[in-house]
Amino acid sequence: MSTTAPSEPRQVGGEQTKETAPRKVKPASAGGDRAKKALVYVGIGVIIVYCLAPFYWMVVTSLRKSAEVFETSALPKPPSLENYAAAFDPVNGFGRALLNSIIVAGTTTVLCLIIGIFASYALARLDFTGKNLALSAIIATSMFPGIALVVPLLKIFTDINWINTYQALILPSLSFALPLAVWNLTAFFRQMPQELEQAAMVDGCTPWQAFRKVIIPIAAPGVFTTAIIAFVAAWNEFIIALTMTNKSQMFTAVVAIAGFQGKTGRDIPVGSQLAAGVILTIPLVVMVLAFQRRIVSGLTAGGVK
Amino acid sequence: MAVAAPAKAGTKRPKKQKEWKSPDEGQGKLAAMMLSPTFLVLVLVIGLPILAGIRQSFYTSGGLNANGFVVEGDQWAGLKNYTAIFQGSTASIFWQAFYVTTFFTVVCVIIEVIIGVAMALIMNRAVRGRSLIRASILIPWAIPTVVSAVLWKWIFNANGVANDLLGKQILWSTDGIQAQMAVIIADTWKTAPFIGLLVLAGLQVIPEEVYEAAKIDGSSAWNSFLHITLPLVKPALLVAVLFRILDNLRMFDLPYVLIGKGKPSVQTLSILAQQESVNTRYGPAAAYSVLLFIYLIIVAYAFIKILGADVIGDEARAQKKAKNKKSKAQRKIGRSVARGDTP
Repeated sequence: MSTTAPSEPRQVGGEQTKETAPRKVKPASAGGDRAKKALVYVGIGVIIVYCLAPFYWMVVTSLRKSAEVFETSALPKPPSLENYAAAFDPVNGFGRALLNSIIVAGTTTVLCLIIGIFASYALARLDFTGKNLALSAIIATSMFPGIALVVPLLKIFTDINWINTYQALILPSLSFALPLAVWNLTAFFRQMPQELEQAAMVDGCTPWQAFRKVIIPIAAPGVFTTAIIAFVAAWNEFIIALTMTNKSQMFTAVVAIAGFQGKTGRDIPVGSQLAAGVILTIPLVVMVLAFQRRIVSGLTAGGVK
Repeated sequence: MAVAAPAKAGTKRPKKQKEWKSPDEGQGKLAAMMLSPTFLVLVLVIGLPILAGIRQSFYTSGGLNANGFVVEGDQWAGLKNYTAIFQGSTASIFWQAFYVTTFFTVVCVIIEVIIGVAMALIMNRAVRGRSLIRASILIPWAIPTVVSAVLWKWIFNANGVANDLLGKQILWSTDGIQAQMAVIIADTWKTAPFIGLLVLAGLQVIPEEVYEAAKIDGSSAWNSFLHITLPLVKPALLVAVLFRILDNLRMFDLPYVLIGKGKPSVQTLSILAQQESVNTRYGPAAAYSVLLFIYLIIVAYAFIKILGADVIGDEARAQKKAKNKKSKAQRKIGRSVARGDTP
């Protein structure tokens, strides 16, 4: 994590009681510093509440009894899994939708990594003419509006009977996931020391061998981070999945959840929709929290540079 | 590929000395080989559909002929799909969608940047609890947009917690300004932390000494922010803002799920085009999406040209520029340090 590195020395110098010591220029401003510190803590509190409160509300509401979903108590009493059972009610087809999402997002991610890893290595490490053009082209594609692809593809897929097929969901998903993967991997490859291949080539490797035998084995963390980022993007994809399917067996989870029906048709499926939302989100949240350092460095590498 | 290449490379071995001398020549071939699968796929899943969409926008398909029968195949329509957009009732629908798209983009991006920068500044000051903040900031990012739309839909339900907290009975999901507010709040919640994350990464590479020097010279905190932090964070921020703008211009999921389709006050161009498309009015749908695409290109081009967002961030390009004039980044650091020194 090169991003946090510059801040480390500050912390080491300051240690607990006087974190801000190196900042302190005039000793007289100690009172002001304390106020500032308190302000920072308040700010931190506000950020955490801002980010977590709606999520917390979703989890809590999903755990209420279905008759009490509009209660405003901070904790469900008593907690109940009624809504989760309702979410998996066959009428919603949510289980099948989850499976579809796993198939679509998983295949998309694997394809992106296999195809993208070569391109990103070339872009990050090799010297060739037209490199900037290639890089610009790939970045430009990630800016394309999804709808500009969905509209013509809907007609094409309708003509060739691809509506309600996995390929109709996976292929268009490559359009946003592949540039994302290439970009992330490129940033990652750029960070690796150039000496790696040079040493390999001095020892007699060709550039290809240097890539295959030296770079690939140690690129695992970058590939893994990219896999998570691409998977999250494909998992969350809505407009393609919504447009290319009209049978509920082929809905992905996000499409299914948006179309949840109440049991009797007219009652509002608050509880089950939120329960399904929690189920959809939990794996992502766990993954993100487990690998947060890597993901943050991957995201910022992709977004900043 | 993996099997064949090393063998081929093996036969080349005696020549390796030559490859060393002209890396460009030796690596060019490999680069072309490595890049071609990606470009092949991108042409297939992006290039061809875009071309098909442009073609489609000049044709009509379906519809009824004079005798009331469904017309088979595509009919050449010339610019009719486009001219129809700007005439009569469709014109007002189009301009409404255009306005909604632009309005959401401008308002959301401004709010998100302000909140995001504030978050980054706080996080940069935080000594303890950094990983806790980072974890909580990643949660809105990880939640699928559709799930966040569902979540906010129930918060903004007439009986929901938002009305409880406000002590009012606002019908958020009905058409109108309150529906727009709901979309803006939900979008801001999800993406402001992400901007915060990107800006934080930019903040962390600013050496502490720069601030100390400014402080010794009597620069106020606000002045330091304005003349040191902002200029140094600008490259990271510009790229983040550009991507947020483009993302917001194609907004679809959030209004579609949070408020619903067919509500003019939140009908973005993407929703309009998608609705036309699923109603098999392919020609007009394609025309709408082409117009949105052109709009996006103009905005992105203007943004990159006028504000100089360095999207690629490639050293090679920076070096090329450096030949003519000093590197942009260096100049900026120099300038802002100089400003900080003389408040």
